Amino acid sequence: MSAPSYRTFIAYVEDLPGVLNRITSLLRRRNYNIVSLTVGRTERVGTSRMTIVVEADEDAARRIEANLYKLVNVLWVEDTSPAATLVRELALVKVKAAGVARGEVMRLCDVFRARVVDVGPEALVAEITGTADKIDGLVDVLRPFGVLELVRTGAVAMLRSAEATGADRAPGPTTPDDVKAA
Amino acid sequence: MTADTKRTGAQILWEVLVREGVEVVFGYPGGAIMPAYDAMLQYPIRHVLVRHEQGAAHMADGYARASGRVGVCVATSGPGATNLVTGIATAMLDSIPMVCITGQVGSKLIGSDAFQETDITGVTLPITKHNYLVTRAEDVAPMLRQAFYVARSGRPGPVLVDITKDAQQGSTSFVWDDRPVRLPGYRPEHKPRAEDVQRAVDLLDAAERPVIFCGHGVVAAGAGELLRELSEKGDIPVASTLLGLGSFPASHPLSLGMMGMHGEAWVNQAIQEADLLVALGMRFDDRVTGNLETYATRAKKIHCELDPAEVQKNVRVDVALVGDVGETLRAVVPAAARRERRAWLERIRSMKGASAVHDIQSMPPCGRLYAAHVMHDLWRITEGKALVVSDVGQHQMWEAQYYKHDFPRKLITSGGLGTMGFALPAAIGAKFACPDDEVWVVVGDGGFQMTAAELSTIAQEGIKIHVAVINNGYLGMVRQWQQFFYGGRYSATPMRSPDFVKLAEAHGLVGLRVTEREQIAEVVAAARASKDTAVIDFRVEQEDSVYPMVPTGADLHDMIRRPNPLVETSDS
Repeated sequence: MSAPSYRTFIAYVEDLPGVLNRITSLLRRRNYNIVSLTVGRTERVGTSRMTIVVEADEDAARRIEANLYKLVNVLWVEDTSPAATLVRELALVKVKAAGVARGEVMRLCDVFRARVVDVGPEALVAEITGTADKIDGLVDVLRPFGVLELVRTGAVAMLRSAEATGADRAPGPTTPDDVKAA
Repeated sequence: MTADTKRTGAQILWEVLVREGVEVVFGYPGGAIMPAYDAMLQYPIRHVLVRHEQGAAHMADGYARASGRVGVCVATSGPGATNLVTGIATAMLDSIPMVCITGQVGSKLIGSDAFQETDITGVTLPITKHNYLVTRAEDVAPMLRQAFYVARSGRPGPVLVDITKDAQQGSTSFVWDDRPVRLPGYRPEHKPRAEDVQRAVDLLDAAERPVIFCGHGVVAAGAGELLRELSEKGDIPVASTLLGLGSFPASHPLSLGMMGMHGEAWVNQAIQEADLLVALGMRFDDRVTGNLETYATRAKKIHCELDPAEVQKNVRVDVALVGDVGETLRAVVPAAARRERRAWLERIRSMKGASAVHDIQSMPPCGRLYAAHVMHDLWRITEGKALVVSDVGQHQMWEAQYYKHDFPRKLITSGGLGTMGFALPAAIGAKFACPDDEVWVVVGDGGFQMTAAELSTIAQEGIKIHVAVINNGYLGMVRQWQQFFYGGRYSATPMRSPDFVKLAEAHGLVGLRVTEREQIAEVVAAARASKDTAVIDFRVEQEDSVYPMVPTGADLHDMIRRPNPLVETSDS
C-alpha cells in the first residue's frame, strides 16, 4: 500500500437538500479526514460540483471513490491525482501594515502576485490565488508583520484535458448564463 | 400508466405498496402517521401491530431474509422513528432490503422542535442505504417507488421514507408510472472484466489447495447451485461465513462448515494452509479473518463481490471480480477445469481427525444439559428442515455449529451488527414470509428479555412458532470472555430472569421446561404438537463456553480448543 498523501476528488452531485451532509457524513463515518471541501454550482442545471481534498493512500482513494458512487445523489466522481490537474485556492490575508512596514508588505505581495484589495491606516488586505503551497508561502513571509485574519476557500480543481467536460459527468442542459455568455 | 385519479398522500402510500407487491407491514401507529393508518383500512394489506417499533424493524428484516423480498415497517415520528434505529442498523450491516416508513410532523413545523419531532433522516443517514424526506403529496409515489428500487437493487439495504403529516393529508392526482425507475447517479450493477475472469480461472485451475468461501452474497444472489457446481467440478472444499450457512449444503462431502472465530479448528487450519481462497459474496469481516497480518499468507485470493467499496478493504486480493456473484459464477464455472484434488482433501480430513471430533450423541447421559445437545437434538428432530432464527451470543454459535443447514434462507441471524433481541421479532416476520415452515427461535435468556414483549404480538396474530430459550442464567458470551480474558471477574453478567413458562402462559401461549437431556425429545414433540406457540425454557449448563475460539485479533490458527469432549461436534 502506498503512503497516505493528499488526494483531490472532483464530484458532480445532484443539487438537492442534504447532499452535502451525505458526503461529509460518509467521509466522517469511514474515518477519512477532510482537508478541504468546496461546493458550488456548475454549468449544468441542477448539478453541484465539489472538490474534496482527503488524506488517503492509493487503496483508500479507490474505496473513497467507490463509496462516493454508492451515494444515490452522486453523479460522477474522479480522483484527479493521476491526471494533469489545475488546483487553485483563494485566500484573503489581513496583515498589519502601518508606517514603514506597509511598503515592505506590499513588495512581498507583489512577489507572490497577490493583489492588495484594501488598505487602511493600520492594516491591509491581500488577495491571493494559487496552489495551497503558494498561499502558505505568502502567509509565512507575512507572519512576522502580524497576520490579523486569514480566510481560505479550500481547493477547487479542474482537469486540463479538453476531453474532460461537464457533459460527460452530469445530465441536464447548461445554465442560461452560460448559454448567453457563449 | 394508469388513469389519473385524485388521492391523498396517505392513500397513495398504500397504492404504491400494493403495486410493489407488499402483503404485510409491521408497525405501530402514532400522531404523525395517523392519516396513513386511517387510509390503510381501504387496502388489502395485512398490518401486524408490534409491541415496540424495534420489533417492527426486525420483523420486516426477518420477512425480507426469509422471502428475498423487500420487508416493510411503519412507525410514527419522534420516538416511533428512533425506536426503529437498531433494526435499521441491523439490516444495513447485513444488506437486507427493507423500506421503513415514518410519519413526520407537518412540513411547516420541521425544525421547530415540535412535539414528537426528530430529524430521522439525519439520524439514519449513516445506517440506511438511502433515505427520503417527503413533504408534498405529489412526491409520495415517486419517492416510495425509488425507495423500493434502491432497497432491492445492487447490494440491498434499508431505505427510510419520512413523510410529513401534511404530505399524507394533501391531495393530488395519482398516476402510477410503471416504467423502470431511473436515478441518474445510481449504478447498482457491475460486471467483472473478461480478463479478470480469465485470471481467476487460471488461478483456480493451477491451485493445489483451494478453499471456496461462501458468504451472504451467495444467498442474496440465489447462487447456491452455481457454487455447488464450481465446488464439485474442481473438487474444492467450501467454508462458510455465519450468514452464508445453508447456501452450500452442510451435508455435502465438500462442506467445511463455518469458519472464523468459532469455526472448527481444522477448518481455520485448512484456510491457513490453502494456496488459493475464492471468496464469494463476503467481506473478510474481522470475525472471519482474525489477525490480518498472519491471515492466509500462503494463499492467492480471488474476491467476487458486488460492492466495489468492499474490494481491497480488509484483505489484499489478487483478482477482484466486481459484480453479482451469480453472474460471475456463470462465467467462471464453465471455464474452470474439472479436476480432482485428493491430496488436499486427504490433508483436510487428517486435520479433522486430529481435532478429536466426537459424536456428542454417543456420550453417556451425565444428568446435565448442554446447549450443544439441545441444538443437535433439535437438528435431528426437525430433520434439519426447520427455519431457525437465532439471536446473538453463545447459543447463536452453538446453533451454527450443531444445527446443520442444507438450505439457503433457513438460518436467519444478525451477523454484522450482532443485535440481541433480534430473533423473536425476526422469526415473526419470517413466519409471515414462510407460513408453511416450521420456525424455531433460538435465543438466550438475555436476548429473549430484550424483545419478549413481542410474545403478545404472536398471541394477537395467532401464529405458531417455537421458542427455544437457552437459559444459562448469564449473559453467556460476555461471561465467557470474562472467564477467558478478564480474570474470571463476572461483572454484570449474572442475570435473574422471570419464570419463562409462566411468562408464556401469561400471554396465552404454551410454556414448557427442559432440565435434562432425556427430556428434550418429549418436550419438543409436545411443543410441535401444540396449536399455539410454545416457549421452551432449556435450563442449560451455566458456565459452558463456545469452543473452539479465536480470541479477537489473534491468529486464525491460534485457537482456544475444547477442553470437554462432551461438547465436541458430531460429524459421523
